[in-house]
Amino acid sequence: MNEPLGNEMYTLHINGQDRPVRDAWVGESLLYVLRERLDLPGAKGACEQGECGSCTVLMDGDAVCSCLVMAATAVGSNIVTVEGLIEQNPTMAVTAQAITSQVTDVQQAFIEEGSVQCGFCTPGLIVAVHHLLDKNPDPTELEVKESISGNICRCTGYGRIFAAVEAVVQVRKANS
Amino acid sequence: MSTVKQDVRARDILGASALRPDGVAKVTGSFSFSSDMWAENMLWGATLRSPHPYARIISIDTTPALLISGVSAVLTAKDVPGKATYGLISADQPVFASEFVRYMGEPVAVVAADHPETCRRALAAIIVNYEVLTPIVDPELAMLATTEQIHPDGNLIRHQHIKHGDPHATGDITVEGNYTIGMQDQAFLGLEAAMAFPDSGGNGVELHIATQWLHEDRGQIAACLALPEDNVRLVLGGVGGAFGAREDISLQVHCCLLALRTGKPIKMQYSREESFFGHVHRHPAKIWMKHHANKDGKIVKIESRMVFDGGAYTSTSPAVLINGITHTQGPYQCDNAVVDGYAVRTNNPPCGAMRGFGVVQACFAHESQMDLLAEACGLSAVDIRLKNAMRTGDKLVTGQIVESVAPVERCIRETDAIPMPDSMANDADVLEFPGGSGRTADRHNIVRGVGWGVSIKNLMYSEGFDDYATARCTLSNGVASLKFATSEVGQGFVTLAPQIARSVLGVDDVVLETSDTQIGSAGSTSASRQTWMSGGAVDGACRLVRERLFEHVGKQHNIDPIRLMVENTDVIDTVGTFRISVADATQGITLSETFEHHHRKTEDLDENGQGNCHVAFAFVAHRAVVDVDIELGLVKVVQIATAQDVGRVLNPLSAIGQLEGGIAQGLGLAVMEEIIMDNGKVKNPSFTDYLLPTALDAPRVVAVMIEEPEPQAPLGAKGIGEPPCISVTPAIVAAIRAATGKALLRVPVRPQDICL
Repeated sequence: MNEPLGNEMYTLHINGQDRPVRDAWVGESLLYVLRERLDLPGAKGACEQGECGSCTVLMDGDAVCSCLVMAATAVGSNIVTVEGLIEQNPTMAVTAQAITSQVTDVQQAFIEEGSVQCGFCTPGLIVAVHHLLDKNPDPTELEVKESISGNICRCTGYGRIFAAVEAVVQVRKANS
Repeated sequence: MSTVKQDVRARDILGASALRPDGVAKVTGSFSFSSDMWAENMLWGATLRSPHPYARIISIDTTPALLISGVSAVLTAKDVPGKATYGLISADQPVFASEFVRYMGEPVAVVAADHPETCRRALAAIIVNYEVLTPIVDPELAMLATTEQIHPDGNLIRHQHIKHGDPHATGDITVEGNYTIGMQDQAFLGLEAAMAFPDSGGNGVELHIATQWLHEDRGQIAACLALPEDNVRLVLGGVGGAFGAREDISLQVHCCLLALRTGKPIKMQYSREESFFGHVHRHPAKIWMKHHANKDGKIVKIESRMVFDGGAYTSTSPAVLINGITHTQGPYQCDNAVVDGYAVRTNNPPCGAMRGFGVVQACFAHESQMDLLAEACGLSAVDIRLKNAMRTGDKLVTGQIVESVAPVERCIRETDAIPMPDSMANDADVLEFPGGSGRTADRHNIVRGVGWGVSIKNLMYSEGFDDYATARCTLSNGVASLKFATSEVGQGFVTLAPQIARSVLGVDDVVLETSDTQIGSAGSTSASRQTWMSGGAVDGACRLVRERLFEHVGKQHNIDPIRLMVENTDVIDTVGTFRISVADATQGITLSETFEHHHRKTEDLDENGQGNCHVAFAFVAHRAVVDVDIELGLVKVVQIATAQDVGRVLNPLSAIGQLEGGIAQGLGLAVMEEIIMDNGKVKNPSFTDYLLPTALDAPRVVAVMIEEPEPQAPLGAKGIGEPPCISVTPAIVAAIRAATGKALLRVPVRPQDICL
């Protein structure tokens, strides 16, 4: 916008890189800045209220709804988006049946288990599942359900998503 | 959770669990949804909407908005160069309201500006003077000739009568009920979004749009823009779910108008709140139904009166209504019927397509009735349904013979054979109780119930509409390219189409070209029709190319083409003396063919509702097991057992995804999802207040796919998208009734319906 609205430059630390944000209105959400200013459209907006989880990113290791975080308040935090998972989890992609070297084990399982239909909720769910399994490598069925209950999927009815999480847990167990 | 497991895949042909070609892009966040588009010099567009359900517009002053720095354009009704209205069946919906607003959220103006926040300020600066009128929100009142007509086309959108067999037939017993179905939202995750690029010179526009039907959109847009259709090019933007809500025009015309006015690319995307006002919903309905039956439970006659609230504009209401009333009997034999259906205009939000399309409403009524009938006859829920189960060759109440494979009895028996879930464990976590993470349940108040639902659903469009599909196949150097305008909305046509090509042509590499309007129509991704219709078109185009390939190989090797066939990835002759790989056989040549698939013709209904109006049918049975906290009225759906008539499974992994996803949506309608209206105003347009099933609400689904190939279907496969969400709703409600003893005549069932 042309009017000055507190648009000082600030820098966010995202996916291991410092990303300056210039000419931004101070009221912009982290989701907006990621998508519209930093060319990181993986996080999706679907409710603007933190209800659907489509915009989930990791902030200092916590899964947060980026629609609820003011971007300017995220200065100094370590932010990981769906685009950065592969760099953050470099050893995970090399399973025997890896579809490509560009996906993590969770991403691969989502593809192979049919967890993706329209795919709009998928990036948020991928981040949420990575977050879950980082904290809890062997979750119960109920723990899986609870941990992703903040991520709404309208297409799958969740059955294939549970299957993907289960598949990752089994592969990680076998590999450890 | 399901019992279906994917096969080991040798080649990704029909029948294999081929993986989505867009899977990697979607899991890594690089897939481009329509809301992800960006362009140099683009502007944002935004919509001013009416806060009133019914009002006269006295004046609109856009000047203050235009004075805001960063605002490039403000458009109202007077800026529409072409047709002032649009609509799928009847063009009765204004691009912008001018004289009246007829529902809350109706567009009045749009703005283009440099930032979404500037747009918000510009919308706030537009001054609209309204004379607020009393909304007409009761369809029973609205349909009376003595009531004020809120639209020049009148308030009664359609009435259709059905009289079949002997209208005076009676049985030993009657059961009847008055049923109410609430307004459900499709709630796709990917909000409405589009980007419009104006042609230099302003004589055309290219719109990238998340839609279900590119060509239908194009026709409506071009008319409003007063441009030839050829000057309006549509490209499918990445679609984040649809479920019917993208069949109507939402922001398409607005976005193009702004692009043409400003000469710049325009990006528009709705917020979630706006989305609740920006697309049509499932029709709320009131259904009275009366079954006459013999003592043994055999249905003699059904009478029904169905009233569908169409809201302010027509959308697909006439077709939804016909679907509802022509499915009155459900998947059961019925020789006599008298039915009247009304689709009515009110000052509620416009209603139109949603997965199940009128049949959801009818099914809640007929399945509730079947349980009443079972009780009256002393039969079980299963036995009453088996006794009346429809078979191939039976007649619908429209007089149409059901020629489709109709394994209703098998659906019921195979569902019944699925083991019941274990009873609740003594050490069950409170999260598994009704109410879940609210941790409110006392297990002594939890009662388990079991209920049934069975349904019939028509496939494809009805009443004489030729919803054909077009596809082109090009084969060169061992690679097949497929071109079609079919909307991939998540259902997996992009997975299926290459499977078809691999099966027919013996190739492994299949390229999908952009879905756009540079080829003929594919029809809508709705009505469970794309596997049949676009699948038929891809299959047809590939078969034509295969004929050309055989001619080419035959000529080259001096073999009669009729002796050639494809085996795996080779062309061979029938006696096995000749073999050449398809890749080798197509080096340096290009074979290309286009095919249109048409389904068989259908007819209009006559004044008695008689006629062969539908193409084909699919069937499914659902058995629900629920736990109910009878004190707090909370429900946990424990298990859904289902056996679905699918014709043929073309991709097991995709198929189970459709079944599980549809079941979750039917669960939503049963116990949580409703757009709550108060005198024409939407009270809960957000995901905080409109509740959707989460992972903790998901039941364990145990599914059986019944494969009896459908002779009419090009691939033997029936559409599988809609049936999963239809009869699961009444099955869940029946299970709650069994647990509580309550009548429960409306969906969604609310806590107060159970515990008060």
